[in-house]
Amino acid sequence: MSGSDAILTVEHLTMRFGGLVAVDDVSFVARRGSITALIGPNGAGKTTVFNCITGFYKPSVGMITLKRRDGRRFLLERMDDFRIAEHAGVARTFQNIRLFAGMTCLENLLVAQHNRIMYMAGYRLGPNAGPADEVFRYVSSSLSAVLGLRRFRAAEKEAIARASYWLEKVGLIERADDAAGELSYGDQRRLEIARGMCTGPELLCLDEPAAGLNPRETAELNTLLKSIRQEHDVSILLIEHDMRVVMEVSDHIAVLDYGRKIADGTPEQIRADPHVIAAYLGVEDEEVAKVEQEIAT
Amino acid sequence: MADAAAPTGSRATIRKAELTLADRVAAAIRDAALAAGIALVMSIPILAYRTVDAPTALELRDRWPAVGIAVAVVFAGRLLLNLVGGLTARRFAAGTASLAAPWFSSLGRLVGPLVVTFAIVFPFLPFADRYILDLGVLVLTYVMLGWGLNIVVGLAGLLDLGYVAFYAVGAYSYALLAHHFGFSFWLCLPLAGILAAFWGILLGFPVLRLRGDYLAIVTLAFGEIIRLVLINWQSLTGGPNGISGIPRPTLLGLEFKLEGGFADYFGLEYSSLHRIIFLYYIILALALVTNAVTIRLRRLPLGRAWEALREDEIACRSLGINTTTTKLTAFAIGAMFGGFAGSFFATKQGFISPESFVFLESALILAIVVLGGMGSQLSVAMAALIMIGGVELFRDLELFRMLMFGLAMVAVMIWRPRGFVATRTPSIVLKHRGAISSDLVKEGRG
Repeated sequence: MSGSDAILTVEHLTMRFGGLVAVDDVSFVARRGSITALIGPNGAGKTTVFNCITGFYKPSVGMITLKRRDGRRFLLERMDDFRIAEHAGVARTFQNIRLFAGMTCLENLLVAQHNRIMYMAGYRLGPNAGPADEVFRYVSSSLSAVLGLRRFRAAEKEAIARASYWLEKVGLIERADDAAGELSYGDQRRLEIARGMCTGPELLCLDEPAAGLNPRETAELNTLLKSIRQEHDVSILLIEHDMRVVMEVSDHIAVLDYGRKIADGTPEQIRADPHVIAAYLGVEDEEVAKVEQEIAT
Repeated sequence: MADAAAPTGSRATIRKAELTLADRVAAAIRDAALAAGIALVMSIPILAYRTVDAPTALELRDRWPAVGIAVAVVFAGRLLLNLVGGLTARRFAAGTASLAAPWFSSLGRLVGPLVVTFAIVFPFLPFADRYILDLGVLVLTYVMLGWGLNIVVGLAGLLDLGYVAFYAVGAYSYALLAHHFGFSFWLCLPLAGILAAFWGILLGFPVLRLRGDYLAIVTLAFGEIIRLVLINWQSLTGGPNGISGIPRPTLLGLEFKLEGGFADYFGLEYSSLHRIIFLYYIILALALVTNAVTIRLRRLPLGRAWEALREDEIACRSLGINTTTTKLTAFAIGAMFGGFAGSFFATKQGFISPESFVFLESALILAIVVLGGMGSQLSVAMAALIMIGGVELFRDLELFRMLMFGLAMVAVMIWRPRGFVATRTPSIVLKHRGAISSDLVKEGRG
């Protein structure tokens, strides 16, 4: 692992929807170069935490700090969702897959590189650019693209190369020109991960990537996640119910129940934690066997 | 067990098929009766009574036979549609998307240049008299408006019911600039485009948070506001009287007039047709520019961001795309082309008034885009030709042409619910070219 410094620090995160407290004073740390899993029963507030980190919700209380490789720090709770993706280097996938169904796989991955292509065409903006600057960027770089300037063409060529690389990596290169909506469920999940990676993130947030996958696809997913962490130096934050994924790939696990964090540690520690067993895994194996026996007779 | 089940199963399905045939006829008759009932209710206030100017006073006459005919026609038509048409329609809807797609796209590449060539030589064809040429100019104006609106509705998926506002801004920009400052058409054309784009952004800001129906209503209101301002701001716009005496465009300073103009310069015999042909080529060039820019933009990051916005706005934001600027650019660029077309309209007519910019125009342009199929440039042009040229063709039918128009729309919505060309062509291809079925492409929710 490349060091143990924190990439994401969540402190005292609380999210209220009217009278409902979905997330209650949750703090945890995701370390750089590691895979951190966020688990818990349905309705425990995992996706709410995700939405706070990626800016889709503004937390009621709390601080979310992201530290980039170059030392820059971002307070995510103060940033717009699209700026978090653009400047803080956080990419995400969705529990209910959100691909651009009517566009091809290749187009999906090119849309993800929108900002990168624009920057490379030579119209870089600082993190504090106002709306007027961005309109200028759109108009000017589109103009340069209409004129087909070399800088732009080079940027697009590189973007296609990167998209091809990721299509190859997730095994979808043969389907590059097919609509994303035509893919099977498992393929769509992998394409969404590839699309997230095409934004060039440092932290990849995956919301139930193994949901609906068969055992073979789950094994492939594990390999993919490990290789993303090792070869691309991207830290992963993961929500998952499938223990085959969580226990195999995670370096660190945080457990939520009713919006509170009830445990935090390595997979071994979590497996042995009595709170987790009570709240999340429910009953122990012997009891399951006993119940099964009762049903059979 | 499977062997034993198979024969009973097939016998059951046969009996089921017989049953469904009888059932279907019964259901068709029931449905036709229901439709006839609705027709009866609808036609009583519309058809049953008519006021007639009698010598002494206004008289009420009943026309019950007309109601009877209407109800009978609806019943028979609905029954026929249920028994025959319903089947074909379903087969169409299932089959065409996959069947027509490659056929049309390969044809499209061939047809495009042919259509452009035809449009270029059109004014010199033997049948092109003044009336036909005027019609050509009108059709091309709507082709251009359709292509302009297609950026907003078809690509970015933002339903805009007030597009005519930008048409009006373009027309009044040129009329006022020419009237007060004596600017020429060629100077005003880009200015009108810029002003319309500015208004597009101005409209864009308040509606950024709105989606779907709400967006449609606010854009509709915007179109009406512009029209009402034009009517009521008498001192600037001349109110309902409009602005007249708008200068005609010149060809490099040559005017199209009886003496000392275009005809004299080239030693031709003067003909009033010259000016019409010139106008025809201006609007053809403008339309082709609109088309070229749209096709190019679609392949650029901006165009892809528009389409991604139509597909899924939240996913766009998660990828770092600023949806605010993306929407505003779509509004601005769409409005710009509306402005160009408006300024052409002003110079063509020589007179404009708010009456030319009513909601019906917006609806007509939107109908062209929807009928065309939101994706294909050629099919939008085809829709404009059918909507404008076709309605013109039925001019002799007078009021009945609106009926024909309605019938045509209903027919299209039954057989081609997503427009003439219901497939999307990918903006970039890695290995093999193909079209994407409309079942997958979203319409956008604003």
